[in-house]
Amino acid sequence: MSIGILGKKLGMSQFFTAEGKSIPVTLIEAGPCRITQLKTPASDGYTAVQVGFGEIREKLVNRPAAGHLAKSGADPLRHLTEYRLNSVEGLELGEAITLERFEAGQKVDVSGDTMGRGFTGYQKRHGFSRGPMSHGSKNHRQPGSTGAGTTPGRVYPGKRMAGRYGGKQTTTRGLTILKIDSERNLLVVKGSVPGKPGALLNIRPAKRVGDKEAT
Amino acid sequence: MAAELNDTDPTAGPEATAGPEGAPGGGTAVAEAVAEKPAAKKLCAYDLIKAFEAEQLKPELPEIYVGDTVRVGVRISEGNKERVQPYEGVVIAKRHGGLNETITVRRIFQGIGVERVFMLHSPQVATIQVERRGKVRRAKLFYLRDRVGKATRVKQRFDR
Repeated sequence: MSIGILGKKLGMSQFFTAEGKSIPVTLIEAGPCRITQLKTPASDGYTAVQVGFGEIREKLVNRPAAGHLAKSGADPLRHLTEYRLNSVEGLELGEAITLERFEAGQKVDVSGDTMGRGFTGYQKRHGFSRGPMSHGSKNHRQPGSTGAGTTPGRVYPGKRMAGRYGGKQTTTRGLTILKIDSERNLLVVKGSVPGKPGALLNIRPAKRVGDKEAT
Repeated sequence: MAAELNDTDPTAGPEATAGPEGAPGGGTAVAEAVAEKPAAKKLCAYDLIKAFEAEQLKPELPEIYVGDTVRVGVRISEGNKERVQPYEGVVIAKRHGGLNETITVRRIFQGIGVERVFMLHSPQVATIQVERRGKVRRAKLFYLRDRVGKATRVKQRFDR
C-alpha cells in the first residue's frame, strides 16, 4: 500500500554496467503527477489518494472533470488513478509526485495495456502448432478438434479459440530501477514493460506475495 | 594529412580556409538553437532516448573500416584485479550503429581461427588502435574464413 506514479513509455535502449555488460532497458517518462483527491473513511469509506498525470489543453476537459480538478488547483490532466493507502497523513491536495519518491536499485511493478493485436488466430494467440503447409494438406492454421462428439455434444467453455488478443492490462513485476533522472522525469528500468512507446504506465513499488506491508 | 589533402584538392581548398572562420559562429548558432528548443518545447521520446544513449557513447573512437587491422585492449577482471589484454586482428564485419555498434575481429591463434565480437562503446573495450588500413571490396570479409595461410592477407591501403 504505497503510492506510485504514472508515466509514459518512451521506448527501449541499452545500458552498460560498470562491468561492461549490456542490459536491455526501458525508458519511461514518469510524472510529475499531482494529487487531485484525498479519500478518507469519513468521506469515501476507504483510504486512498487520487493522482493525475498528463497535461492537456483546457478545452479537452469537460466541465465536471474541470470542476473536480479545480478543487486541487491542478492543471487539466488526462489521466486519473487511485492508490489505496493505510493513511493519507503527510499528503496534501495539489502536491506533486515526482520520481524523487523512488530510488535507483529499487524494484517496481509496472502495469499497462499490452499491444493490441486485434482478432488473431490459434497460432498467434495460444501458440497452437500449425498443420503441414504442403503435400496436399489443407489444414494449415486450423484449430484441430475442439472436443468430443455426441457426448458431451457441445464445446466446453474456456476452449481456447481465435479472438481478440492484446490490449489488456498486464503487470510486469519486479523490475529493477537502474537510473533516475529527476530533472527530465526519466526512469530507466531493466527489462521490458507492456505496450508500445507512448503507452500509459502505472509504476508502483514492487509487491510480492508474503511481503509484510509497510504502512 | 588532412592539410595535404586540402592543398592538393582545388575544390576542398576554399572551403577549408573558410571553414575555421565560419565554423565557430555557425557552431554556436546551432548550439543555441538546440539549447533553446528543449526549453520551449518538451523533449520528445526520440530526443530523450538519444540523450540517454549519448551519455554512454565514447567521445573519441578511431574511424574503423572493414579490412583494418586493429588492436583492441580488452578489460579483464580476475578476482579483484583488473588488467587490459590486447587482442589484434582483422575487422571482418561491422554491425549496428550508435551505442550498439559492434566489430568482428578475426585472428589466427595457434593455427586456429578466432573471431571475437566487440561492442565498441562497451567499458570492456578499454582501447582501440588501428594498426593498418586494409584495402577490401566487401563490407563483410567472411570469405577469409575459407582461406588459409598467405591467402588470408588483406592488401594495405595508404589513403586513409
